[in-house]
Amino acid sequence: MSTESARLRWKSWTCAAVVVTSNVSGNFFLKRGMPGDLPSALDYITVLFRPAVALGVVLLILWLASRMALLSWADLSYVLPVTSVGYVLVALAGRVLLHEQITPRRWAGIALIMSGVALVSAGTAPQTTSQVKAKAAGAGR
Amino acid sequence: MKWLLIGIIVAATTVGEVLQAKGMRHHGEIRDFRPGALGRAASLLARNWMIVLSIGAMAVSFFAYLGLLTVAELSFAVPATAVTYVLETVLAKYVLQERVSGLRWAGASLVICGVALVSL
Repeated sequence: MSTESARLRWKSWTCAAVVVTSNVSGNFFLKRGMPGDLPSALDYITVLFRPAVALGVVLLILWLASRMALLSWADLSYVLPVTSVGYVLVALAGRVLLHEQITPRRWAGIALIMSGVALVSAGTAPQTTSQVKAKAAGAGR
Repeated sequence: MKWLLIGIIVAATTVGEVLQAKGMRHHGEIRDFRPGALGRAASLLARNWMIVLSIGAMAVSFFAYLGLLTVAELSFAVPATAVTYVLETVLAKYVLQERVSGLRWAGASLVICGVALVSL
C-alpha cells in the first residue's frame, strides 16, 4: 500500500468514527426528547427547544459536517456501507445501557453488517474516481 | 400516509445524499481541520448550489422521518428507509461515476440484509 492510500485510509476511518458516533448519540438524544405525537405543524418547531432534542440536533449537525468532510475525498459507495456500523452500535448500546435482549436474528444481522463493513473498509480504497482520472491522464502520456 | 412518507423520505434522502457527495467531491478534499480553515470551507460550501439543495432535501427527509416515527414503529421505519442504500449505490456508479467493484456490491448487499434482520 502506498503512503498516499494509507494516509487516505486512516483519515477515512477516523472521520467515519466521528460520523458514526455523532449519528448514534444524536439519534439517541432526539428519540429521548421526542413526545409521543406532533399534532400540529407548529409542534415540529417547538419540539426543537426541548434540551434533549436540541442536544440531539447539535450532534446531528456535527454528523452532517463530518459526513460532508468525509465525502470530500471518499466515494459515496464507500461511505454508505462503512458508516452503517452505526446500526450495530445502536443494537449493542441497547443491550449494554438498556439491558435489552438481542435475539439470535439480531445477532445474525449484526454479523452480516459487520462483514459488509469489513469487506468494503478493508478491501476497497476510499477513493476511486481520481484514480480513474490519473490513469486516463497516464494513458494519454 | 405511512407509504407516502416513506416515498418522500426515500426520494429526498437519495437526491440529497447524491448531491451532497457530488458537491463535496467538486469542492475537493478537506485537508485543514483548524477552525478558521473550516469556517472558510463552510462559507464556500454555502454558495455551492448542490450543497444548498442537498441540505434542503435532507431537511425534507428529516421532518418526514419525524412524521413517520409518530405513525409507524421504528422497526418498520428503519428497514423501509434502507432502500436508499440500493438506490444510492446504483447512482454512485452511474451519476457519480465511482468504480463500484464486486467487493463493494457484496458489502452493500450484506449491509442491507443485516439492517433488515436487525430492525425487523
